[in-house]
Amino acid sequence: MDDARISRSGSSPRLWLAGGWLLLALLAAVLAPLIAPQDPLAQDLMLERLPPFWLDGAEPGYWLGTDSLGRDLLSRLIFGGRIAFIVAFAAASAACVVGSALGLIAGYFGGWADRIISRIVDIWMAFPPVLFAILLVAVLGTGLSSVIIAIAVIDWTRFCRVIRAEAMGQARMDYVESARIAGYGRIGIMLREVLPNVLPSIVALLSLEMGIAVIVEAILSFVNLSISTDDPTWGGIIAEGRLSIHQAWWVLVFPLITLILTVLSFSQFGEALKARFDPVLR
Amino acid sequence: MSAACLDIRSLSAVLPNGQRVLRSVSLSVQPGEVRALVGESGAGKTMIGKAVLGVLPTSVRVVDGDMLLEGEDLGALQPKARRNLIGARTALIPQDPLTALNPSRRIGPQMTDRLVRILGWSGERADSRIRQLLDEVQIRDPERVLKSYPHELSGGMRQRVLIAAAFAAEPRLIVADEPTTALDVTVQKQILRLIAQLQRDHGTAILFVTHDLGVVAKISQKVSVLYAGKVVEEADTAELFAAPRHPYTRALIAATPRYTDPYASLKPVDETVLAGLAAEIAAADQSWRPGHG
Ligand SMILES: Nc1ncnc2c1ncn2[C@@H]1O[C@H](COP(=O)(O)OP(=O)(O)OP(=O)(O)O)[C@@H](O)[C@H]1O
Ligand SMILES: [Mg+2]
Repeated sequence: MDDARISRSGSSPRLWLAGGWLLLALLAAVLAPLIAPQDPLAQDLMLERLPPFWLDGAEPGYWLGTDSLGRDLLSRLIFGGRIAFIVAFAAASAACVVGSALGLIAGYFGGWADRIISRIVDIWMAFPPVLFAILLVAVLGTGLSSVIIAIAVIDWTRFCRVIRAEAMGQARMDYVESARIAGYGRIGIMLREVLPNVLPSIVALLSLEMGIAVIVEAILSFVNLSISTDDPTWGGIIAEGRLSIHQAWWVLVFPLITLILTVLSFSQFGEALKARFDPVLR
Repeated sequence: MSAACLDIRSLSAVLPNGQRVLRSVSLSVQPGEVRALVGESGAGKTMIGKAVLGVLPTSVRVVDGDMLLEGEDLGALQPKARRNLIGARTALIPQDPLTALNPSRRIGPQMTDRLVRILGWSGERADSRIRQLLDEVQIRDPERVLKSYPHELSGGMRQRVLIAAAFAAEPRLIVADEPTTALDVTVQKQILRLIAQLQRDHGTAILFVTHDLGVVAKISQKVSVLYAGKVVEEADTAELFAAPRHPYTRALIAATPRYTDPYASLKPVDETVLAGLAAEIAAADQSWRPGHG
């Protein structure tokens, strides 16, 4: 990477803010057993609905308060991040690989390959995504892998559509024609010439998709269709918090803030990365 | 007499709607010779170049004719063999030097890659070859250029890079498709001079596409005049300007204020000449059948 590009886009605050939050949340999730102040599953009716630390009646060691079963909210959020990140990385990567590969093929080769792939995408996108997800999980059964599969199966089209359009634009460029004249094979051109030019978009979409996966997982947990064990999830905590909103608002508000920050950070981080990796800075 | 470098024999091509884009085009380029292909916009100049290089749009179908590259009939070769032959013996100097370079790859690897991967040269040989060519196109700071991304160079620099790349593999034939049109007027003259210089030094045959009679006069020994996909006149360049035979050519020359000025563009051609041409082409279409063109 040369100096010119670093000075143009490297100091972008959103890259560092979004990346910083994601790194913090990720580290917390990975190190959850080491850093969580309490056991996230331990119930104690003596400690139910403790408020966060700055309010009267807070207990030390329960920074963000407790829920109606006396479980520590901060610890539950930290552990909930584990599932959120596993789903984000696994589901988004799967959707990305499948969608980008098909999009690249459709956009670069065109013709019947494009017609078939585009038709499948159209049919796919006719289903409302959240309903589609609920339906899929209902069929696959609840559980971590079902959630991941459901998100990947639904959202590969997001990659496919964007990458198809970009690859199509690149395929019309003269440099692709020059490569053909020189005698490169079609697949070689697709991978060596076209792919690097759509990579910044793939990276941005991947990050965005991770945020979307976090939301979808939260929604599925919220409607009790995600991980069926009592492992804490952000969506599950939100669902519980909703029931006790009048007695303990913090159980709803903190997971919502965590969720929103994470999702926003994923999308901003992706955009900032794209700007940084794009040599032309379109 | 040895085989022509490029020999196109009554090439005809059509669009899906049946409209003809090339009408029994015949032209040849002898080894080491520059043939200009001149005609107004939409005449089919680029189509001829693409046909030679094997990159016609999929919508354009060749219905008749042969193309011979150094005596080898391109139509008789398997696709793979044809690709290899075209890749080894031809090169393109494109019109738009920005889109002809891959925006996400540095110039150096882009230029050497082709020599290494297509011609099987060693990395070192390719590298020194590229540097030699950059010197020939008068790029004084090759280090910086080789490390740059295309958008970091000016249009003129990019076109120099593309000229260097085109000559690097010592092709027998270069198709130059309006290589100066996208450039500043001041840069056009230098680029044209460079192409002429390298052409002489390397003895490369060039099919030089242009709509500019001034450029034709400057660079070519032979010229074919194209109108609506049909070669209406072909001649030695000097002869064409001294004694144009076809009324369309005469009109073109008359419509160009001073054909020695390479920067004067074409003026509209006289209506009656065009009407005559339309009738001529309609008559030719009437009698034309694939295979008997
Ligand atoms: N991709 C394409 N598919 C179908 N028809 C095309 C395509 N590109 C060009 N044509 C048509 O083919 C004809 C010849 O076009 P061509 O590009 O060869 O003209 P040209 O002489 O190079 O003109 P210019 O000076 O504008 O470059 C035109 O009628 C044009 O409309
Ligand atoms: Mg053209």
